[in-house]
Order: sequence, then structure tokens, then C-alpha cells
Amino acid sequence: MLDIFRRRRMWRRQRELKGSYDVVIIGGGSHGLATAYYLQREHGIRDVAVLEQRYIGSGAAGRNTTILRSNYKTLEGARFYDASVKLYEGLSQELDFNLLFSQCGHLTLAHSDRAMFVMANRAEVNRLSGIDSRVIYPEEIKRLAPAMRVDNPHATYPIVGALYHPPGGIIRHDAVVWGLARGADRGGVEIHQNTEVTGLERTNGRVTRVRTNRGTVNAGQVLNCTAGWSTLISDMAGVPLPITTHILQACVTEPMKPLLDVVVVSSQMHVYISQTDRGEFLMGAEIEPWTTYRMQGTLNFLQEVSRHTLELFPQLERARLLRSWAGLCDLSPDYSPILGKTEVENFHVSAGWGTYGFKAAPIVGKTLAELVATGRTPELIAPFAVERFYEDKLVSELAAAAVSH
Amino acid sequence: MSFLLACPNCGVREVSDFGYGGEISSRPGAGADFRQLNAYNYFRRNVAGVQREWWFHRSGCRAWFIAERDTRTNRVMFTALPKDVPPGGDSGPAEGPEPKRLAVS
Repeated sequence: MLDIFRRRRMWRRQRELKGSYDVVIIGGGSHGLATAYYLQREHGIRDVAVLEQRYIGSGAAGRNTTILRSNYKTLEGARFYDASVKLYEGLSQELDFNLLFSQCGHLTLAHSDRAMFVMANRAEVNRLSGIDSRVIYPEEIKRLAPAMRVDNPHATYPIVGALYHPPGGIIRHDAVVWGLARGADRGGVEIHQNTEVTGLERTNGRVTRVRTNRGTVNAGQVLNCTAGWSTLISDMAGVPLPITTHILQACVTEPMKPLLDVVVVSSQMHVYISQTDRGEFLMGAEIEPWTTYRMQGTLNFLQEVSRHTLELFPQLERARLLRSWAGLCDLSPDYSPILGKTEVENFHVSAGWGTYGFKAAPIVGKTLAELVATGRTPELIAPFAVERFYEDKLVSELAAAAVSH
Repeated sequence: MSFLLACPNCGVREVSDFGYGGEISSRPGAGADFRQLNAYNYFRRNVAGVQREWWFHRSGCRAWFIAERDTRTNRVMFTALPKDVPPGGDSGPAEGPEPKRLAVS
């Protein structure tokens, strides 16, 4: 009983930066923390500092719509995200921290014959990789989401079918960040919040020192896990990236009674909807087309997302919006990530995630940790090297990743 | 609210009226190799600060024009048709007449 009054720290408070670290990870989001976690757990590398400019999970890791899935369109993508979902499935146990992962299923609605063709294509690719994914028709959609208006003769976008992905679902994003941070911290990793990287010093083609607002440290290897801010950090190391930064927005309604226990996505209507464990309807939309670093939402977003959500769920007509927010997305030209080595020997990146970085956090951590420890690029992430853009060998996820959460 | 842009032909409109054409970059020369062409196609500076960029008045006069905007604040310094863009910035014509300053914040 007394235990509930005890204050427990999740991770150690850090005072001063040490003069040097084997590995410096820039960015205390889900990717940076996952990499730190797997570095100490799988490879025994503990001399690691995670530098976060604000507080951990303050960027995309705390602003996403918490959807996990692996029904991607390319074999490379599907294989990669499947490995990620499998790691997420065991993460609550492993971290001894309840991440509230609910594999409630994921529906991507199709509104035309053409869309059904793309869904069938994706289902086939998914099944080739052993991923549970299939095309379903309105009768089954109605059974899975009885509250949704499926047969609407006046619908702008009639529902003709859907891609159904049973292992997809939602997870508590803050818990993922905190659980990984606690796990990494217990393994000896130092997490430095309010520590902004202001410059990288290069000698002989290597990044040797990291300048921050709290002093300069020597670094054996440096990782850039800063999502929307990736190009700014890469510029400091002299590594160009094919990335543009955009805002993505989301909002929640006030809590309602349980009504929807499946994730609903429509690429054509630019909306994805789920009901959180608290009962809020969580809605997200598409990125804004113009680049910006200002995390401020737009009225257009609220109008569009409400209009499309109401077409599917007219019973939410009187629901009030509680909050809306925006986060930064680092968009790559082919909607696939940029992961692994760069032209600077000891400077690695995890970037170009666009709107789907959170789904990949554990597998990024695991593969990047392996890259740092062994110096070799794991086979799973080899297709995602930045070099592919110079060679014009893209891995296009346009159809499966652009809006389809 | 997002922000407003002033079309050099039509005047001030909401940003959703326009298509975004991306940052201005300089084209590689005629002798560029495959790697240089791909760098031009895919790689971006993506600055956090003032940049010059292309916009297209999709729901209006359908003209392409250039804006100078701070990507940290979305404040627009000026908009002008390509022939009226003042020299300076990261790229753009070397000389030209004074632009119409239609600053909007």
C-alpha cells in the first residue's frame, strides 16, 4: 500500500556530460532510445550517450497516432516492418513495462476498382513474406466495424472493400519511449535531456567531436536519429540527404463509449481513425505539402479530417475536439527510409521516415546497434542505404505509405 | 490557421489555394554525369531559415511564382514572378527590376 506513495525515477538524472563516449546518439526519440537499448543489451556497449534537445519523446515519438502494422507494398518494406511488429509483440515482457499494445486489426478501405487492385497486390506481397493480410468485402467490414457507415448510397467515396491486416493495431507511444529509456538507462546508457547539438567536428573524414549547448564531447561513432531535424544534423557532418521536412497533424475527440475496436484508414479520404483506450477518437490526416519547421496546425486540417470522419462515423456529429497537434516528418523521395552508413565513416543515419517511423523503432534499434557494434550493414536494412538515390534505385512505398497508416 | 501568400497577379490568398513547387535549386550543366543528375533530382537543402521557393496558383491564375519564406516561422518576405525576383537569396536571376513587395505574415 505504501508503495503507491513512493516516487520512483524511471532513469537516472544526468548532471555533466563526460568528456568522451564510444557512441553518441543524437535524438532521444523512439529510434535513438531503441538503438541505445539494443546496444547495451545485445552487444554490451554501455558507454553511450543519448542527446535530446528537449525532453525524450518530445518529437515525433510523442506525436504520432500510435498505429503499428506491416502490410507494406514492397517485399523489402514488408519484411522490415514485419520484423518490427514481431519485436513490438515481445517488448512489454522484455522491458517489464506495459506498452498497452492491442493488436486489434487494421483496415485500409478501398473506394474504387483501382484501389481494390492495389489492395490485392499488397495482400499478395504480404502473404509472400508470411504476413497475415487479405482483401475483404463490405459484409466482413461491417462485422469488424459495426459502428461504421459502410452502405451509404450517397457517399462521396463508397466502400467497395478493404485490406484487412489482423496483427496491426495501436500501442501507447509514450510508454514505448519511457520503457526503452528505462531499459537503456538500467544498462548504463546516459540520457541527456535539454542537450542540443550545435555542431559536429570532422577530422580525417570522421566525425570526432560533438558540440552541444552543455559542452563538447569526443565520440567514437555518431548516430543521427532526429527525424524532422535530420538534414540540419547531417549538414553539420557534411552529409547531404534527400529529405524535406513537413508537418503532419492529428487530433482527438472527447472520450466516448467503446465504439470502434479496429484501426480504419482511407488513403483516398486522407484520414485514419482509431479509438484509444481512454475512449477518445484519434484522427490523423496527410502531411502538408509545403516544407516547414514550425509545428503549428492548420484550420484546413481540422475541417477536412472532421468532414471525412463524419462520412464514416456520422454518430460523432456532436463530439467535441479536445486537442490537435502537429509534428515534423522527414520525407524521402520514395517514401522508404534512409538507414545505415553514410559517406562519413563513423556517422550513421536513421532518417527519411516520413509518416511511419514510429512503427519501425525496435527493428531500427536492433539493426543500427548491430551496424555500430560490427561495422557491417545488416542484410535487412541494406536496401535502405542513402546511396540508392545517387544510383537511382528507389524502393517505392508510395502506394502503401503515403497516407495509409 | 496556416499562412497567407500573395499571388503576384491575384493578391493575398490562403496557402491552400496554391501548389508548392519546392526550394529553388540550380540546374546541373549539360555535361553532368548520372550521379550529379540524381543529386539534383533527389537531394534538397531543406533549410531551417529563409529560403526561396516555387509556388503555383492552382486555384487562381495558374501562374508559377517565387516566394521568399522563413521555414521556421512561415513568415513570407516577398512573392514575385520569376522575372521580377531581386538578386540575392540562394539562387535566382543575377539581376532584375525591383519586385512588388507584397509582404504578408
